[in-house]
Amino acid sequence: MNTTMTGMVRIAASEVEGSYLTDGLTLRSWLLTTDHKRIALLYLGTITFFFFVGGIAAALVRLNLIVPEGLLGSAEAYNRLFTMHGVIMVWFFLVPAVPVTLGNFLLPLMLGARDLAFPRLNLITWYLFITGGAITLWALFVGGVDTGWTFYTPLSSMYSKGHVVLAAVGVFISGFASIATGLNFIVSIHRLRAPGLSWYRMPVFLWSIYSVSVLLVLATPVLAITLLLLALERLFHIGVFDPAIGGDPLLFQHLFWFYSHPAVYIMILPGFGVVSEIIPTFSRKSLFGYKFVVWASVSIAIISFFVWGHHMFVAGTSVYSAVLFSILSYLVAVPSAIKVFNWLGTMHKGFVRFDAPMLYALGFIGLFTIGGLTGLWVAALAADVHLTQTYFVVAHFHYIMVGGMVSAYFGGLHFWWPKITGRMYPEMWARVAALIMFIGFNITFFPQFILGLLGMPRRYFSYSPEFQVLNVLSSAGASVLASAYLLPLAYLTWSLFHGERAPANPWGATGLEWQTASPPPTVNFVEIPVVTHGPYAYPPPETVHPQNV
Amino acid sequence: MKWWLPQASNSAAETDRLLWGLLLLSFAVLALVFGLMFRYIVKYRAGSGVDRGAVAKKSWIFEITWTAATLLIFFGLFVWGADLYVRLFEPPKNALKIYVIAKQWMWKTEHVGGQREINALHVPVGIPIELVMTSEDVIHDFSVPAFRIKHDVLPDRYETLWFTANLPGRYDLYCTQFCGLDHSKMVGEVVVMPQPRFQAWLEQNGGGDTLAAAGKVLFMRFGCSGCHGSNAAGSDPGSAVRAPSLAGLYGSPVPLSNGTVTIADERYLHDSMVMPERQIVAGYAPIMPSFAGQLGEEDLLKLVAYIKSQAPERPQ
Repeated sequence: MNTTMTGMVRIAASEVEGSYLTDGLTLRSWLLTTDHKRIALLYLGTITFFFFVGGIAAALVRLNLIVPEGLLGSAEAYNRLFTMHGVIMVWFFLVPAVPVTLGNFLLPLMLGARDLAFPRLNLITWYLFITGGAITLWALFVGGVDTGWTFYTPLSSMYSKGHVVLAAVGVFISGFASIATGLNFIVSIHRLRAPGLSWYRMPVFLWSIYSVSVLLVLATPVLAITLLLLALERLFHIGVFDPAIGGDPLLFQHLFWFYSHPAVYIMILPGFGVVSEIIPTFSRKSLFGYKFVVWASVSIAIISFFVWGHHMFVAGTSVYSAVLFSILSYLVAVPSAIKVFNWLGTMHKGFVRFDAPMLYALGFIGLFTIGGLTGLWVAALAADVHLTQTYFVVAHFHYIMVGGMVSAYFGGLHFWWPKITGRMYPEMWARVAALIMFIGFNITFFPQFILGLLGMPRRYFSYSPEFQVLNVLSSAGASVLASAYLLPLAYLTWSLFHGERAPANPWGATGLEWQTASPPPTVNFVEIPVVTHGPYAYPPPETVHPQNV
Repeated sequence: MKWWLPQASNSAAETDRLLWGLLLLSFAVLALVFGLMFRYIVKYRAGSGVDRGAVAKKSWIFEITWTAATLLIFFGLFVWGADLYVRLFEPPKNALKIYVIAKQWMWKTEHVGGQREINALHVPVGIPIELVMTSEDVIHDFSVPAFRIKHDVLPDRYETLWFTANLPGRYDLYCTQFCGLDHSKMVGEVVVMPQPRFQAWLEQNGGGDTLAAAGKVLFMRFGCSGCHGSNAAGSDPGSAVRAPSLAGLYGSPVPLSNGTVTIADERYLHDSMVMPERQIVAGYAPIMPSFAGQLGEEDLLKLVAYIKSQAPERPQ
């Protein structure tokens, strides 16, 4: 593709005829591609790999906890497994999952653009990501890390015998992929919107990705600095965090959570975006309170920088900081509540269909609400003193991250699968998987709320026999959940070859991404669309009013 | 399987009321969200011919309503949780102090009378207990679910945690901050006894020196008395080194060389021994060597106890 002086685009015939999938069939044409859609698929493969590696670690953790004395027989192995689970799931699955796959694929399509602003930078991020991932995996496999994904000092800097620095280097490198991706998205949204696509005409998914990108660009450097300081202390004994050599252990927690709390929203905001696309489409009704949903995302992105201290209510910070961070934590929960009510308002008086993406979205609302409500428990100071560092917290954040985020991710994957692959997924199997996932998830994590209330500490290799019943229940649920995750792997792979051919717009949706072929040509749009009105204009019923008509 | 935690401390009942309040609120909101969701997806399913009527306009009225309601409820929860936390933050002045030293992977506790325990803590019922806690290595956390309390235990710092046990019995003690290999083995028990039995227990397990007496021995052995006076009553007139007097020091204000004033509490005394260069008493030269590495946390506790014992009785 060449851009001439006048801004007109001259397109080669191969980029229009056929799809991006058939435009070059060599390995080289994939590994050196600058097409955002192909890069999204490279990422999809990578992310799926990491999801299952992290998942295997989780399965072994649950296996160990079936008996009070620890089935694996080795506290060291257990500690390394839960660290591996956390590190991989947070940095190599949850943080990148939606932005680099669906975000990468859809952002230019939703903008009515031919690619991201910096296509080559986009490819570089994938290489940074797999380099970081490979280094971290190497660290985890040649001996592992036994600090938990939070790397608290001075345990991680001076006492742990694992490969802390190597794992941190991997996370450090993959952080640059995050920063570059965020930058690329921000510039693309500012500069590449199709004619007529004003800010308030953008789908909520774009607003979510925009908010996430701002967080990625601003927060990730703090993580990089923190890991660098950790490595300096561990390698050269420069006293930063260990008080024995003049450091301050709480400084690490402040720096770490200054990144990691916004990171929680980096993980969940794209999920909000996905669900905000699915619900109007399958309710055949405009999104209720569009501007409120949009500004809820933006205000979450801002407030999330000022709540990190709520991870430290019992860590030895002052009573004033605890009170301040408690009220700020309640504030950041308000926009999330607004979103839930708006999704419900969208379904009101709609024409609701129960295709698999909608089932995942409904599951998302239910599980995210439970996760959010239990967030109110741990934001209440006196309640947090009892609940923090127990299984209650484990259950709380898994309801947000797995119940919420992973449900949204699967919902989005099914929703846009016809667009990405040009094939329909098998509807029945997808609905069954969504249902089993919801049930398995609740059996796994609901008992953990009770375990936490009864005082069972997290990260325990062995535990009092009185906690066994609920642990066995949780592990049983985990096996149901694991099989639910294997189902899509099987039937989505099957559909790549045997699925029904997908039409351009199987859901009758309004977004620009549906107004081009499935799968799209390399250039996305043969003719750049002109946007005439906002998203989600679903006049009832069964008629479609695309964004560019 | 135990399905209930005993309410064994002053804060347990109040914390439980807060938890019950949160539970009821959560169920109410869940009922609302799931109720509306199921109602809408059934009533307004694509196949149903129910009248959709006019779609509600002026959605901002709904938005403002539920935003305001959410804010109000959240603010109430904040006040409830914070009030309890703040009230329970400061230990009462008459609390009985017990010292806790954490290390990978055990708890050591020491009573003022010199009684020492490993992975156990005996306390009397009905008397406020103030734990003064420090760690010899990484961060740990002292957690007793039956009391609804926990607090991190940090190296080179004294963190305090207090409670009044109100129900005799044996309760689980956990380390809840991940501290390495045998984190899950860093458990013990808190034994709450009626006061007469606790007195008897103290006497049975006494015999050794009190903390202060043991501290006095260290004060001589490590040469502290050479500069700070053999009886801690002031500089030895014969000494060539000018060092501040330690008599009556504990609990009194200390003017520092940087112009600020600090209170000589446990943390100040501890830090002055391991990091003497950090806070220099006004008018004195920074010549004291650090005893970090020579004095373990247990020795430091004894020295602090000795210096405290040299303070005059203060009106409470």
